[in-house]
Amino acid sequence: MKNRQEVILAGSGGQGLIMAGILLAETGMNEGKNVVQTQSYGIASRGGFSSSEVIISDDEIIFQHVEDPDVIVVLSQEAMQIYDGFDTTIIYDSDLVTPGKGNNRFGAPFTKAAFELGNPASINIIFLGCLLQLKPVVDPAKFAAVVDKKFKSNRNNEKALQKGVELGNMLKEAMAKC
Amino acid sequence: MDRTPRLVQGNQAIAAAAIYAGARFFAGYPITPSSEIAEECSKKLPKVGGMYMQMEDEIASVGAMVGAALTGSKAFTATSGPGFSLMQENIGMATIGEVPCVIINVQRSGPSTGLATKPSQSDLMQIKWGRHGDQAIIALAPASVAECFALTVKAFNLAEKFRTPVILAADEIVAHMRENFIEPLPGELEVIDRKKPSGPPAQYRPFEPSEDMVSPLAAYGSEYVFHITSSMCGPEGYSNNDPANATWKIKQLHEKIAMHRDEIVETKTFDADEAQLDILLIAFGGTTRVARAAALKLRQEGVKAGVLQLVTVWPFADLEVLKYGSKAKTVVIPEMNYSGQIADEVKRVLGPAADIRRVNKYNGEVITPQDILQVVKQSN
Amino acid sequence: MSFITGRKFINQEALPHMWCQGCGNGTVLSALARTFEQLKYTNEDTVVVTGIGCWGKADDYLTTNALHVTHGRALPFATGIKAAKPELHVVALMGDGDGTTIGGNHFIHSARRNIDITAIIVNNLNYGMTGGQFSATTPHDAITATTAFGNPERPFDVCALAEAAGANYVARTTIYNGRLLRSSIKDALTKKGFSLVEVISPCPTQFGRRNKINPAVEMLRSLRDKAVTKDVFDKLSAEEKDNHILIGSLVNKDAADFNTRYEEIRSKALQK
Repeated sequence: MKNRQEVILAGSGGQGLIMAGILLAETGMNEGKNVVQTQSYGIASRGGFSSSEVIISDDEIIFQHVEDPDVIVVLSQEAMQIYDGFDTTIIYDSDLVTPGKGNNRFGAPFTKAAFELGNPASINIIFLGCLLQLKPVVDPAKFAAVVDKKFKSNRNNEKALQKGVELGNMLKEAMAKC
Repeated sequence: MDRTPRLVQGNQAIAAAAIYAGARFFAGYPITPSSEIAEECSKKLPKVGGMYMQMEDEIASVGAMVGAALTGSKAFTATSGPGFSLMQENIGMATIGEVPCVIINVQRSGPSTGLATKPSQSDLMQIKWGRHGDQAIIALAPASVAECFALTVKAFNLAEKFRTPVILAADEIVAHMRENFIEPLPGELEVIDRKKPSGPPAQYRPFEPSEDMVSPLAAYGSEYVFHITSSMCGPEGYSNNDPANATWKIKQLHEKIAMHRDEIVETKTFDADEAQLDILLIAFGGTTRVARAAALKLRQEGVKAGVLQLVTVWPFADLEVLKYGSKAKTVVIPEMNYSGQIADEVKRVLGPAADIRRVNKYNGEVITPQDILQVVKQSN
Repeated sequence: MSFITGRKFINQEALPHMWCQGCGNGTVLSALARTFEQLKYTNEDTVVVTGIGCWGKADDYLTTNALHVTHGRALPFATGIKAAKPELHVVALMGDGDGTTIGGNHFIHSARRNIDITAIIVNNLNYGMTGGQFSATTPHDAITATTAFGNPERPFDVCALAEAAGANYVARTTIYNGRLLRSSIKDALTKKGFSLVEVISPCPTQFGRRNKINPAVEMLRSLRDKAVTKDVFDKLSAEEKDNHILIGSLVNKDAADFNTRYEEIRSKALQK
């Protein structure tokens, strides 16, 4: 694996994108790497375009923003439009996004899954669990430990993570067919 | 002590550093993108015997900060552009009263409410000249979470040492960025406290002329009784309209900064030590790292490019800009404003013949290394 | 037995003071200095904070610690001092322009916060120092330098404002009512929490001259005739009330002050 991983998480306010970025960055940090997490958001706490970027690197991170993403998670149509031209792996929420054309896009029903777990706020744990199956930018086991610590062993998050892994495995199969 | 890194946001690092530097009083008014500083202070200060006060506006915030500072406390506030505009009145009061205090201005896009959540670096002249009357000010600009911490401590040290308000000119980029960071242990960074009077209380004068232009400052409630005024005052702190006194006082306010410039002005260089450079990028705050990334890309293409980071924005690093700028064929200044507030300063120092190029972005988006490369490659 | 003169708190070197003949500021300053002495305050344990205006020059004539600040901002500075060092006696001296017009926002929030500061607002119904323009306490129809045809605005009831905002102690007096002035200042200084003494005071040079209340002694007579205590005031008709000044202690309660409340926050924070 190359020594610098770049992730973009994009959607709208209220989808837990910033917290998701923090969780990824903390995992990278716990692996002894340098990390930077940045965000871009509007004035609304709920709704409006919002994104969170994470860089994980063995070396010093000089420019703090993502230039060449390894993976993009897209949770809104607006975000899809913004990242439509990227040829890197795009994971999108099939409940919210019509992906357009390209064999780099893989959709899973994150929103529905979160509702089914009875905890819409767990969507970020689900998509991160999924993402790490496809692109292990950090060690999934270490990620699980960070989630565990952060939310004090909340059983809901454990389930959300399992669901994410499940969806990730499903996408992996789809990917293999590409 | 825990030496494992933590993921820390710039604003959190600023709050932690203030407490590290001995600050125990915060008075402020929440405003994006500085509010996390207020939130951190409201949680942490009461635990260390300090106080968080949320005032009715930013005018009152600076008033309360100055009042607290005069009781001997290290005091500070945090804001962003619109609030900083309101603070100017009483920052002037802190300047003429020579009251140590720190003002954090997390710059955002303007004018007025502007793009409230987006970064900008367009308050440099407001920081320098925003108050009426002629005065010198100190401003520092951090480029990383680690610098948010280190420069906040430095801001308090300079404020205390030189009895003056110091501005931490952060921007939304560094304030909201999270990085792995290990907080320094107590004692690891120098912490300076203000000079206190030691002579007989009856003879104490709060503005006693002294060789280093900084006189000791007593605290309200001590055995030293004193008077501070927003009016032009003599050494004893009472208003004084004598032209000779005003000449002395205004000169002293400027010279106490000028004569200590070597202690105040801090710059960093990256790959700028060769005798000749093709490109020198001069950058500060959040755009420093963009400049460094662009310089590395240029180096890969065989262009001799280096970076001069203005850690201290005011007073301006004339000597360093001259030293590094005059050995470069082209000087490029990326800054997140329209007018080129720092580029104009560089031009003043290097003269009209210098090849100075500006990279300006003012739409709330961060300058990228590509933006810089594009300007460098034009007509090269 | 020696008389209480307040002399030890007066900066003799700065005298004579700058105020006009017939101005009430000297009377209030004298009452304040005497009360400091009576309460055994010291220069060391007292901080007087002043803003801009004629009454804002009072700190020049006092020997205590002092902070002379920007226009309208005496209360925020005083708040910082009191909050950071609660053992100090903190007094804010403001005029009606300073305290209730440009500084009106700080005034209501200081009262709401119930910070233990004594505010003494000398209300001379106009901006005396800058040439007699109207303030937030200038009566409707009054003539000032900027209301040549009468004041179209209505004045604040400063005491009612402080009461509504939550002050622990509120009193109004005039410089004619010397004994009430002293006792009100004393009660205000000893009260924990925000306290206000509004002192109605003549400005013969600006307000009296323009509104044909001449000479200065006429203004004093007018204060004497108009000032009534609550029992009398309450019996007046609405129209008569407009032409009278309600004096006396108007609010006197003991809600916890800001510093006491903040101590509770500190204990809670330490338990977490």
